[in-house]
Amino acid sequence: MSMTSESNSWTIEKARDALRKGEISAVDLTMACLTAIDAGDALGAFVHKTPEIALDQARAADARLKAGDAPSLCGIPLGIKDLFCTKGVNSQAASGILEGFKPEYESTVTTKLFADGAVMLGKLNMDEFAMGSSNESSVYGPAVNPWKIDDRKLTPGGSSGGSASAVAADLCLAATGTDTGGSIRQPAAFTGIVGIKPTYGRVSRWGVIAFASSLDQAGPMTKSVRDAAIFLQSMSGYDPKDSTSSEIAVPDFEAALTGDIRGKVIGIPKEYRLDGIPAEIDALWEQGIAMLRDAGAEVREITLPHAKYALPAYYVIAPAEASSNLARYDGVRYGHRAKLGPGDGITEMYEKTRAEGFGSEVQRRIMIGTYVLSAGFYDAYYNRARRVRALIKQDFEKVFEAGVDAILTPATPSSAFGLGEMASADPVEMYLNDVFTVTVNLAGLPGISVPVGLDAKGLPLGLQLIGRPWDEAGLLNHAYVLERAAGFVAKPQKWW
Amino acid sequence: MSIDIDTARKVAKLARIRVEEAALPDLARDLSGILTFMEQLNEVDVTGVEPMVSVTPMRLRRREDVVTDGNIQAQVLKNAPEAREGFFAVPKVVE
Repeated sequence: MSMTSESNSWTIEKARDALRKGEISAVDLTMACLTAIDAGDALGAFVHKTPEIALDQARAADARLKAGDAPSLCGIPLGIKDLFCTKGVNSQAASGILEGFKPEYESTVTTKLFADGAVMLGKLNMDEFAMGSSNESSVYGPAVNPWKIDDRKLTPGGSSGGSASAVAADLCLAATGTDTGGSIRQPAAFTGIVGIKPTYGRVSRWGVIAFASSLDQAGPMTKSVRDAAIFLQSMSGYDPKDSTSSEIAVPDFEAALTGDIRGKVIGIPKEYRLDGIPAEIDALWEQGIAMLRDAGAEVREITLPHAKYALPAYYVIAPAEASSNLARYDGVRYGHRAKLGPGDGITEMYEKTRAEGFGSEVQRRIMIGTYVLSAGFYDAYYNRARRVRALIKQDFEKVFEAGVDAILTPATPSSAFGLGEMASADPVEMYLNDVFTVTVNLAGLPGISVPVGLDAKGLPLGLQLIGRPWDEAGLLNHAYVLERAAGFVAKPQKWW
Repeated sequence: MSIDIDTARKVAKLARIRVEEAALPDLARDLSGILTFMEQLNEVDVTGVEPMVSVTPMRLRRREDVVTDGNIQAQVLKNAPEAREGFFAVPKVVE
C-alpha cells in the first residue's frame, strides 16, 4: 500500500501541502476519491458523478502546480451540492421538476472554485430544494450517514445530507453546502464534520437554485476548521451578479487561526436551555464552555428574549419566499412537463406539472407560503413574522454591542436519528431540528458547527458558535480553539 | 386558525398545484397544524417594529441600463420541454 492510497481521507491542508511538494499528483488524489465514490454507492451521497470533468480538471491542476501557480484549492477534489448550477451537468435540487436540467451557465461559487483549480467529483444528494432536515425529501432517495451503531441506517441530516455523508465517509476532501435554516450546520453535527454558514452576503447566491432568498447562504463542509477557512476564502467575495452580495473586503481567514482567544467574551444564551433536550447535549455544552474558558475566554450568560419565536417566524418567511421563488417551475422553460390530456390548457399544464414534479414537503411549503402571502393574511402572518424577525436580529445586536465576541450553543437537539423514524411525525416535529440554528439565518449572522464529542450511543455531537456579522475570521478562530480542545478524531467504521 | 377543505382547495389552486379531492382533508390538517405552530407569533408585542426587508442595511445596487448579454437563443431554449421555431411552446392560451 503506497502512502498516497488513502489520500481521499486527507484534509485540504494536508493535500495542499503534499500537492505543492509534489508528493502526490492531483490526478492520483482525484483517482483515490473516484475509487472511494464508486465503492460508496450505498451511502447515496453522489447522485451525478463527473469523473471525466474531474480528471480533466485534475490534469489542468497538475500543470498549474508544476508551473508554481497553485492557489490553495488547486487540485483539491470536492463534491458539489446538487443545488449549485454547474454548466452541462445535471443540477436539479434533488427535485423531479428539474429532471434532466443541465444549466448553460456556471454558478459564481463553482466558477470561483474552478478558477482556484478545484476539482469537481460530482453532484451531491440533498433534500428537495433544500427543504428538509433528514435528506429524505430527495427525489434520488435519502443519503445515508456513514455513522452506524446497529442495523438501522441513520440520516446524515439535511438539507446538505449528501455533502455531509460524502465528507464524513472520505469520498471527497470537502464539499459545498447551503444553509437556509441550518442545512450546513445540522448535517455537519450529525456526521462529525465542520460546517460554516457565512454572513448573509459574504458568498454569492448567483447560480444557486433559490429556496428563501433572504436566508440562503452557501458555505463549506470540511474535515477541519482550517479547511473551512481555506475553502471559504475561495467561495467568498463580491459578485455583481448578486445584488445582495457584499463589497466588504474578505480577510485572510486561515491567517486568523491564531489559537489565541484570551480575553474574548463568549455568550451563553439562557433561552437555549430547552426542556426536553437530552442531558448529553447539555453536558456537551458545559464541556464546550469549559474548553473556551480554559483557553482564556470570559464566559457570560446572555439573553436572546425572542429566540423562542425564531422557528415559527422562519416557517412563515421561508415558505413565503419559497412560494415566490418556486413559481418559476411551470413546465415551460426547463425541467419536467406533465403529459397533457385532450382539452388541457395552460392552467392544467401548470397544475399537473407542479403536482408531478414537486414532492410532498415542497408542495406543503409552497402552499403554506401561498396562504401566508394571500390577501387578508399577509399582515397577520407574513408581516408579523418579518417584525418578529427584526426583534430577533435586535436581540443579537444588543448582545454584540455589550461586548460579546461569539455565542456558544448546541448545534442540534439530538444526534442523528434513523431514516424513516420521523415518517409518521407531524411536519412541525421535523422542523424542531432547526431550533438552535435558525436564529442565525434570520439575523444574517455567521455560524459554525464543530464536532466536539460522541454521545453514549457512539454518534457524533456538535456545538455551534455564532459570530458577529462579517467576523468569520474571529468565528473561525474560536472554532479552531474549540476543535483543538475537543480533539475529536473519531471516524465512522466502514460498512458500505 | 384552522384551514378547512375549501380553503385548502383554494390555496392549491392559487399555488397551481393539482391536489385530488381525496387528498384535501390531509392537506387541510397538515396546513392547520403548521399554522397553529405559527400562531405563537401572536404572543409577541410588535408595536412600532418595522417588518425586516433585508438583514444587512443596504441599498440594492443598480447597474447601468445597458445590454450585457444576448444572442444566445439556442442556449436559452436548450432545456425547454418543448421549443418550436425559436420559441418556447405551450398549449393554446387564447381561444
